[in-house]
Amino acid sequence: MKKYLPWIFLAIFAAEALVALRPRTETGLHIREFGKLPVLLNGRVQPLDSVARNSLLQVRSTQTVPLEEKKAWEFWKHPKKLTATAWLMEVMMRPDLADERRIFLIHHPDLLSELKLESKGVENSGLHYFSFNELEPALDEIQKQGQRVSEIESELRKPFEKQVIKLHSGLILYRRLKNSLRPETSEDFTKELEAFRQAVPSGVAAVKAQAAGKDYDKEAFDRIVDYLGPYDMMARFAYPLIVPPSHASDSHDHWSNAGVSLMDTARTGELHPAMKYYAAMANAYRVGNPSDFNSAVEEYRSWLSQRFVAELNKGKREFYYSSFQPFYRAMLIYLVAFLLGCASWFNWSEALRRSAFYLVVLAGVIHTAGLVSRMLLEGRPPVTNLYSSALFIGWGAVILGLILERFYHDGIGTVVASFIGFITQIIAHNLALGGDTMEMLRAVLDTNFWLATHVVVITLGYASTFFAGFLAILYIIRGIFTRTLQPPTAKALTRMVYGIVCFATLFSFVGTILGGIWADQSWGRFWGWDPKENGALIIVLWNVIILHARWGGLVRERGLMNMAVFGNIVTSFSWFGVNMLGIGLHSYGFMDAAFYWLMLFVASQLLIIFLGLLPSRFWASFKGTSNALTPGASSLKPGIVRKPDSASVGA
Amino acid sequence: MVNRIVSFFTSLRLTVVCLSLALLLVFIGTLAQVDQGLYVAQNRYFRSLLIYWSPKGADWRIPILPGGYLLGGILLINLVAAHIKRFTFTKKKIGIFLIHAGLILLLLGQFATDLFQVETHMRLSEGESKNYSESDRLNELVLIDSASADHDQVVAFPETALREGKQIRHPQIPFTLQVKRYYPNSRLSRRAPMVDTDLPPATQGAGQQLKVQPAAVTAKMDERNVPSAVVEILTPQGSLGTWLVSGFLDELQSLKYDNKTYQVGLRLARYYKPFYIELIKFSHDKYLGTDIPKNFSSRIQLRRPETGENREVLIYMNNPLRYWGETYYQASFDPNDPRVTVLQVVRNPSWLTPYLSCALVALGLIVQFLSHLVSFARKSPGKAIPGKGPAKGPIRKSAKGRGVEEAAVPVGPGEVASFPAGSKRRTL
Repeated sequence: MKKYLPWIFLAIFAAEALVALRPRTETGLHIREFGKLPVLLNGRVQPLDSVARNSLLQVRSTQTVPLEEKKAWEFWKHPKKLTATAWLMEVMMRPDLADERRIFLIHHPDLLSELKLESKGVENSGLHYFSFNELEPALDEIQKQGQRVSEIESELRKPFEKQVIKLHSGLILYRRLKNSLRPETSEDFTKELEAFRQAVPSGVAAVKAQAAGKDYDKEAFDRIVDYLGPYDMMARFAYPLIVPPSHASDSHDHWSNAGVSLMDTARTGELHPAMKYYAAMANAYRVGNPSDFNSAVEEYRSWLSQRFVAELNKGKREFYYSSFQPFYRAMLIYLVAFLLGCASWFNWSEALRRSAFYLVVLAGVIHTAGLVSRMLLEGRPPVTNLYSSALFIGWGAVILGLILERFYHDGIGTVVASFIGFITQIIAHNLALGGDTMEMLRAVLDTNFWLATHVVVITLGYASTFFAGFLAILYIIRGIFTRTLQPPTAKALTRMVYGIVCFATLFSFVGTILGGIWADQSWGRFWGWDPKENGALIIVLWNVIILHARWGGLVRERGLMNMAVFGNIVTSFSWFGVNMLGIGLHSYGFMDAAFYWLMLFVASQLLIIFLGLLPSRFWASFKGTSNALTPGASSLKPGIVRKPDSASVGA
Repeated sequence: MVNRIVSFFTSLRLTVVCLSLALLLVFIGTLAQVDQGLYVAQNRYFRSLLIYWSPKGADWRIPILPGGYLLGGILLINLVAAHIKRFTFTKKKIGIFLIHAGLILLLLGQFATDLFQVETHMRLSEGESKNYSESDRLNELVLIDSASADHDQVVAFPETALREGKQIRHPQIPFTLQVKRYYPNSRLSRRAPMVDTDLPPATQGAGQQLKVQPAAVTAKMDERNVPSAVVEILTPQGSLGTWLVSGFLDELQSLKYDNKTYQVGLRLARYYKPFYIELIKFSHDKYLGTDIPKNFSSRIQLRRPETGENREVLIYMNNPLRYWGETYYQASFDPNDPRVTVLQVVRNPSWLTPYLSCALVALGLIVQFLSHLVSFARKSPGKAIPGKGPAKGPIRKSAKGRGVEEAAVPVGPGEVASFPAGSKRRTL
């Protein structure tokens, strides 16, 4: 049994992933097919599914809408929920239903009382969710507050004000979505569009005549104006650009939103085919006729396939990517692997250690597949923003861990890999709450060469510095609290930390210099003491200090460990801290909730360093051995072990 | 004594201390940018010998940290001295040697950059042509004698010459400038006829209709100090009156003396070139439906009369023009005028050094770490089975090994030999 345990674990998780990948046939409404339809948003073609997910993330901070609430610990309950696409369909086609969904997240108690919402909504784990209808009486107040706060610089906003802004922009986004396909008050949209098209010639003539001061057909004039009012509003507010370029000669980027397309109809008298298909979908959806809906989607797809094959495929591929959720899946497997790996040290079970190792390999494969899909979807190197840097740091650490595990077979590489993998996925998950994670790159960053070299190398530098730091944490925790840090393990850990610090030095130095060269290429300054540059420099300096302190005999095993843990602080400052300074040329991410987490992390690392500094009699692993044997060797006088020429023996 | 000095400057301890201070300095210098702005913080922390601290309002100060120049200098001495003292050219140390040679080059190169680099900008509207670039923050007081038909005689004084009460003279100018007022940062506004009853700032030129309001000196990245000054023109025959010169005034003001007309003004310092750059077209695209800039580019015509050179160049993001020892970058644009481009112009004689030093260091690091990796991989207990005792564990080999372990871990005498038997079972 023991022999097969690792394979059983692997089989279970691999099977789960494969099941998620299997092709599915939908009964009833083809929601997934609708979700794959390509639209243009944020400057890039993406499926409606991505529009739905990112909007929902911005408003509700989740990717689905649960239809009944459950407590976080009631994991056996699986309440019904709307997928993001299903929710978007309601918003665009049945806004009356969508207005009942509790999607607006408020958690600031002052805001709840200010808006008199205490008795409304649902509460789950301290978070309150409200529907649009529940917020309706407070809309004026939200609007007023939102206006007020938007004039305050974003860095100076208090938590209450941030919440106001988030709610305000969530409401705006929601209203834009409601008017993205049809005016929200429209009934039979197909009929309406046909009537509109017929009203155009006489209506336009009447409008022209009126403008020229001649006699005009009052009835035709009023009719067309009645149509154009809502369409003009849509032209200004509709969110995704759902209508593809109409002429073969147009650039493929030339998408427009439904309103703009309808205003075009007023000029040309022609309805864009996409509008007809979307109207048919909306009508079928409203009357609850799945087969009509499905055939409208199918017909639209085949119409698109005449000229927009690339866009259709992009939509399909991104849909599969997001619905597979590779990083979320990998995160769960890393967690299980981490627990198994830790457990393996307590009963020295080789089976558990192997199980953990296999699972990290599996998670690593899924993680890699996710990264590669992202790269293919974006046509970019792996790291383009803060979100993807978290994914990539995790990936780099996992690869390092797997390599170490191959060499040492002691579970250390696996545990650290799975831990960093897990943590970075959580960070990435939280960074994704800001919306689209595949946003277009601003002009100065738009160079695959430098993204592929500087950014990748420097991110690997972060990954390896973190890796060394977490190895050191393992050393301290195991040494103090358990008796498992026996000299061979301690020695092995020391060599690992040392080796990884060397790697970290290589990557962070080369990465930093490459960054300087990029800066020299793009704005003529190799080094400008920009916060992001300084952050990178600090990492290089710290790694170099560790190495020289080691070579000079200034620190030994425990000193090395404590320094490596401090490397975590340095790296987290460089990765996140400098973005919070709010200045500098490359601040590619600004987030404030993260500040408290960063401080918490720094505090935890300081605590660990404090533990690491405790004299060896407090270390469970060093008790009962004579002082001369403790890896910290606190009793060894420097003179005894000092190398004759410490500098020359260095690396 | 000499020995002690030598061993001080060659010690690794000094390296570690300096590097630690450098880290601290960079950290503090980065945080300081939030309040002081990049430029001020940079000068105070990185381009200085010592960093001083003084309590609020006090007129004394004490040095608290070595500045960038001092630390860089000591590290440089340390590096060079250590290499001279211990230099033996062996295969094993070739990596170390390359790394440090690269670092020396980098430090020297950056120091040279700091001393010699000149950063200016050129702001061009479509169709406009210029043969000079302007400083980003330095201003100059200019007096132009346009008497000659084919060229202007420009005399420029740096802004630092503008101190209240000071007199400015130059052999090519037949009169003296007396600085009456100087505002490092200021705003100008038009005088309201009924409200502003006090005397205008100047008796001559544009200043008669204007009002100067001093402003606080700013250190923000996206703001600029706009100085103004009131100068009196003193001739041997007496005063010609006072003029208000200001960075706000686009036009120079003229003054007549001895049948000659001079132009006077305060403007961004200009750097003239032997060629002209004309902006043909500036393009600035955004991604559809967003405010994210997709690309900027400036199509320019480069004309150099003395060589007859005349060609078209496209300057765009990450693709600058290198010419006449200067580099022209697509830097910015005017949010209010889509036809205006701003090119960053950089003269940096040592721009190549980082490229060379990067290559040297990277090569050195790769050589060094590869050789370690090989010995690391060779020594590591590849097929060791956990729980089977220390015989196959890492400890035996590593303690007797070579390379990393020997160099890096000072091993206590007898450490390995005296393992208690009890630890066997727990060996990983």
